Amino acid sequence: MPRSQERALHADTVTLAAGEGGEFHAPGIGEFLGLPELFFAGTPFAIDRIVMVRIIAIALMLLLFWLGLRRARRVPGRGQSIAELALDFVNVQIADQVLGEKHGKRFLPLLAAIFFGVFAMNITGIIPGANIAGTALIGMPLLLGLVAYVVFIYAGIKEHGAGGFFRGQLFPSGVPWPIYIILTPVEFINIFIVRPLSLALRLLLNMMVGHLLLVLCFSATHFFLFSADGFFKLFSIGTLAGGFIFTLFEMLVAVLQAYIFTLLTAVYIQQSVSHEH
Amino acid sequence: MDIAGITGNIATVGYGLAAIGPGIGVGIVAGKTVEAMARQPELAGRLQTTMFLGIAFAELLGFIGVATFFIFQ
Repeated sequence: MPRSQERALHADTVTLAAGEGGEFHAPGIGEFLGLPELFFAGTPFAIDRIVMVRIIAIALMLLLFWLGLRRARRVPGRGQSIAELALDFVNVQIADQVLGEKHGKRFLPLLAAIFFGVFAMNITGIIPGANIAGTALIGMPLLLGLVAYVVFIYAGIKEHGAGGFFRGQLFPSGVPWPIYIILTPVEFINIFIVRPLSLALRLLLNMMVGHLLLVLCFSATHFFLFSADGFFKLFSIGTLAGGFIFTLFEMLVAVLQAYIFTLLTAVYIQQSVSHEH
Repeated sequence: MDIAGITGNIATVGYGLAAIGPGIGVGIVAGKTVEAMARQPELAGRLQTTMFLGIAFAELLGFIGVATFFIFQ
């Protein structure tokens, strides 16, 4: 490359960099898509930052449970009692309360796996160094939604048989027959399309919006402190405080979304196996 | 977009409108739950579960409002 051209290119990069430092850029979808691939680049198994965060989060969660429960005793130690407390929350608050004694025991392993998996991947959104939720890309929530979908259909078919399940879900008893013309399509769309998609979308968008809010707060702090002049520098105090408050809020959202995802899965299973429908 | 000299993305206004409904909905759900818990404190646990279910459904509309900005960009 001739030297003059090289210099022109260099000048371009400098002005671009200066433009990025001087103006405020609102965070967008680029925070999640088109990230540089770290391992296996170019293959379908390419691992970027979010996928790596997912793998690490799940590995850590498994390691913690293994450490806590590897030598389970009748009188629990410190690690074991924390693990038991967490599992008991899923058992009592979700499985037993929604599904009842019999079905709750059957589906507890699945519900606990969903709860702790979602929680591990949500909480990375506020852990320094990771700073992005593993569930902030559509892949993972969609897979979890699909698991819930397969499980509640399986549970219903196992309980009532294929014919009984679909008849019970699509033609609920106790309504005069002309109503079915309207009711059946609505029920079909609601149960077999909206349910799994809404599960996935709710989780995805909660984590995505939370991340965008945090990025907005902290990049605004950076902008006000270094690029704005005079009086406007004071705004950085407010945005920094906002960032901290939203970090606390995200902690709550991470737990709450894991809880809601598991709760809704349990409710859908309950509606499939219940006798009224 | 240029309405009366204001420039910017109309999606922002759209999200503001989309947030009204879920906001009212979540408020009603939470408020009624507090009322019910004040009447029957012994049912607080079960009421809370139901409240989170109701909030999850109402809140979804707000999040769809966020998503439409990315979908129709």
